[in-house]
Amino acid sequence: MIEVVHLSKNFKNQLVLEDVSCRFERGQTNLIIGQSGSGKTVLLKCIVGLLTPTEGDVVYDDTIFTRANFQEKKKIRRQIGMLFQGGALFDSSTVEENVRYPLDMFTEMTEEEKKERVNYCLKRVNIVNSNHLFPSELSGGMKKRVAIARAIVLNPKYLLCDEPNSGLDPQTAIVIDNLIKEITEEFNTTTIVNTHDMNSVMGIGKKVVFIFNGRKEWEGSNKDIFQSDNQALNQFVFANRLAREFKTPEK
Amino acid sequence: MFRLLSHIGNYFILLGRTFAPPEKRRIYYRQFIRELNNIGINSLGIVVIISAFMGAVITLQTAYNTENPFLPKYLIGLGCRDSLILEFSSTMVALILAGKVGSNIASELGTMRVTEQIDALEIMGVNSASYLIMPKILAAVVFNPFLTIISIIIGIIGGYLAVIFTHVISPADFIVGIQYAFIPYYIVYALVKTIVFAFLITTISAYQGYTVKGGALEVGVASTRAVVFSSINILLFNVILTQLMLS
Repeated sequence: MIEVVHLSKNFKNQLVLEDVSCRFERGQTNLIIGQSGSGKTVLLKCIVGLLTPTEGDVVYDDTIFTRANFQEKKKIRRQIGMLFQGGALFDSSTVEENVRYPLDMFTEMTEEEKKERVNYCLKRVNIVNSNHLFPSELSGGMKKRVAIARAIVLNPKYLLCDEPNSGLDPQTAIVIDNLIKEITEEFNTTTIVNTHDMNSVMGIGKKVVFIFNGRKEWEGSNKDIFQSDNQALNQFVFANRLAREFKTPEK
Repeated sequence: MFRLLSHIGNYFILLGRTFAPPEKRRIYYRQFIRELNNIGINSLGIVVIISAFMGAVITLQTAYNTENPFLPKYLIGLGCRDSLILEFSSTMVALILAGKVGSNIASELGTMRVTEQIDALEIMGVNSASYLIMPKILAAVVFNPFLTIISIIIGIIGGYLAVIFTHVISPADFIVGIQYAFIPYYIVYALVKTIVFAFLITTISAYQGYTVKGGALEVGVASTRAVVFSSINILLFNVILTQLMLS
């Protein structure tokens, strides 16, 4: 479980997040949605510790991450798998080296065990016969899948994804969404996905938190989202034509 | 002024993080070997070429500017040797490496920063500063003294070849000159300077790259700043070390 408690974040005089509180349960895909510039990436960066909140706390199960010391933070971070918007794969390393890196760094596995684990994770994300390729030789979808493989190689308790579908065609986006959902259920992770893609919301959004102008405007499930009378949420959701048609199907 | 102090403070904070104990020595050792190749071995070519021509030019210029018949000819060899040891093979080579190695480090780390690769390391629980920067510093500090020694040797060979091809003095006079009144402490002085310059080049360039904010344009700016600030600091510390060690 990850809990955000009264979290605010300022950049100099600009208030980017204001008093955001929400709880993300284990074993389900939790979505943070909102327009570009609404503060959802800042929220995710605060959750993961890349940014320090101005006020409020982030709690990982029984540890208050924002007040933890360096060693405690390090311990939690080793249980986090993160999928970045651009993949953030190491340019000068091959696919295999990228996925293997956390194993080299944090485990005492033998070469054979590492190879087996890397191949298992790559197979899990449907990447085969590409171990020797460099990130520059991969398509956008493949990069994301390799990044997912790297994120899950240490069996993380928490999986955080920043706009996993950005720059992908709709079909590949669905593949990535399904992969995230399957991995969440299979590894029983607390998964948070940052997105503005309504297809993702409808496909995998078991719990959805809507951020608007730095404030939490609404939260619920993807089933509740179409019943909400929240104006800002409706504007965001029904900007998508598919969603409009989903709500009022043509006769 | 406040910005300058803020940069100096952040530079030392980054150094503090860089010299934290390594998470896994074997991985760091692998990185160190890789950096020895990138920073050291790959700089060998440019150092050899520059040193050879530098030695030749010093010899010719000294010869053409010392036409006094009372001055012994072997002083041209001595001048070439001491110029190379005291200044050219340490300071000049460091300035050239600031351009080559400094821009390389800044652009590598800058690109890793803007493509979130450094963030990825941090989230994994890796001390990214230590993992990425420390092997570079160690590689430069360990290998650059060898580059300086090689530069001195190649420079003297360059001077000798210039003497052979231009006949400004006899090769025998040149050989006498490079052996005459040799002061071993000058080598110590050159190597101390090289180690300090290697530290300055790698840490300043790493700081510029590691703290980049923005995109490709900012990486380019950081790369230029790395070369400029490394060069200025090399010149500044050259004066300080010369005063401290030769006065």
